[in-house]
Amino acid sequence: MSQNILFLAHVDESGKSLPRIAFEVLGAALDLAAGSGGVLTIGLIGENVQEAADGLASTGARILSVSGREFAHPRYSTDAAAAEAICRAATPELVITPSTSRFLRVIPGVAQRLSGQVDTHITSIEIADSRISAKRWFYRQRLEAAIQRDARPWFLLMDSGCHEPWTGAARTANIEPIDVPVSPDQTRTVFAGIRTPNSDAQTIRPDAKLLFVAGAGWCKKQGDGKNHVAEAEVAILSFLQNSGASLGGSKSLVDQSGENQAVLGFMTHLNQVGQTGSTPRHPKGLSTCCHGEEPHVVGWRFINERRAINLDPNCGWARGKADVLYVADAFQVMERLNALLAKK
Amino acid sequence: MSNVYHIVVCAGIVPDPLQTLEPITTPTGPALKNEMMLPAVLDPWSGHALYEATNLAAHFPGSKVWLVSAAPKAKLQQVMMNVAQKASFELIPIDVPANGFADAHSVAKILGEAIQTIAGLDRSRLLLFGGWESASRGAGVTMQLVGERLGIRDQFQGVDQLTVQNDGSLEILERIEGGRHLVSTCQGPPALLGWATGNLPEPKNNPQVGMANMRAIMPALQKAKPASLFQNVRYVSVTPPKQQRQTRVVKDRSVDEIAAELAEWIVQS
Repeated sequence: MSQNILFLAHVDESGKSLPRIAFEVLGAALDLAAGSGGVLTIGLIGENVQEAADGLASTGARILSVSGREFAHPRYSTDAAAAEAICRAATPELVITPSTSRFLRVIPGVAQRLSGQVDTHITSIEIADSRISAKRWFYRQRLEAAIQRDARPWFLLMDSGCHEPWTGAARTANIEPIDVPVSPDQTRTVFAGIRTPNSDAQTIRPDAKLLFVAGAGWCKKQGDGKNHVAEAEVAILSFLQNSGASLGGSKSLVDQSGENQAVLGFMTHLNQVGQTGSTPRHPKGLSTCCHGEEPHVVGWRFINERRAINLDPNCGWARGKADVLYVADAFQVMERLNALLAKK
Repeated sequence: MSNVYHIVVCAGIVPDPLQTLEPITTPTGPALKNEMMLPAVLDPWSGHALYEATNLAAHFPGSKVWLVSAAPKAKLQQVMMNVAQKASFELIPIDVPANGFADAHSVAKILGEAIQTIAGLDRSRLLLFGGWESASRGAGVTMQLVGERLGIRDQFQGVDQLTVQNDGSLEILERIEGGRHLVSTCQGPPALLGWATGNLPEPKNNPQVGMANMRAIMPALQKAKPASLFQNVRYVSVTPPKQQRQTRVVKDRSVDEIAAELAEWIVQS
């Protein structure tokens, strides 16, 4: 069952290192290679990959690379050409890559070019009965499946938070460069920058220990018959500042901006968690003014400890979706909570 | 004739998200219990792609929108009764028993073949739209596979905004890590855009648009050719998550007590 395994990664925006998820996925690839008696090859893409390769040299794996200015920024045409070239050089049966936005865009196309097959959002890779199985979720985290494929190469894009990151001492790596010529039709698309959405603060923090979710209740009329959106904004932003939490929102809240209702100025669709939003990974989650309906809660699949504040004791969170439901006014609780956290 | 777009939107249908899903095993692989009875909706991200497509076409006269959908015909008809009221398009239906367990490679193959047979489609003006992921398989690979089959080398995923510049180039914002956007400029079609939510609200139902659409949609559905999907995936197991939490409902505590408990919980490592 010996497998020729290629771990494929790209340098991060610093241009020097790999994204953190790459080290987690490398750990999984190394485990799989050891378990299957396979040989691991590393492939790297970026403008300059030497420093990133040095960080991986102690794996002892062969390192292939495609580098140069045309490979500095994400772009489908050039990234696909680079990944294709590395795969053709390494001739792997399995290609394991991190689920970064850059690779989620391009790897499926590479699989098609190589007559391979691809699966994404993999949460674990195991060897069972001398066969390799991968686990992933279907129907937005509502059903989990273990899958196998006969086709090779089989491309597996693995999600973050699913394996311990590999660590090792840096030393000078011996890289085998692959020349990939870039034609004019591959540069029809040009990188123009990175844009942070209009926001009073950077509210999405993937590394935060806490996810704070705001629901539509924050913008609804309160007990006095009036909206208190300005106070809600202050309370939420203060909480994010005091706790270091990442901000999520329910669909009903983020949709309000498109329906000309009073909205939280810093809340965008990027914050949306749930069926049609993200499925973030944080150890803890606190939901406020959100009913905890199933389409939203599927986005909490990977939140371990869950608490909610809601005025309705029969809301969805009470039905086995949260560990603790506080039946209370979130405006009042958040005001006191902010005061306490500011002191700590 | 500059800035005339031929926009093809690939869209599947999915069970209404409020439905409980229970997996079953069938001779052809896993499926959902009572799947044909579950109410279905247009896949949400594909829906955003459709609304963005019709909005773009409305701003550039001469442009046209096709909706290509591979799904069980009866379910597709049910979904079209609603979707057809929201946007103007020509439906290209493919009658297949597709669900979340169908293999993306097989779905991409029939979608690609269907697009290649669209009469009057100018591939040099083609913008291929779809959702960046589905609410069923959720893989986010089908569009890229279709794009490769059609030879489209300018592809974008997680798109939230498309702006046509004065020179006809396309400025495209794609979601990346950390709640940010990657900004790219593409010279123009052909290009593939897998949409996230975009910026447009769901259009209100317009019965007149619906009636006009359905005049063409019903005959198209009747003529839809059945196709089959080759299953490349072997499912070892399909299970719903088992975890059901024992929720502690705290009703009779003061705001100060609740805040204190939460503060302690938050600062715990």
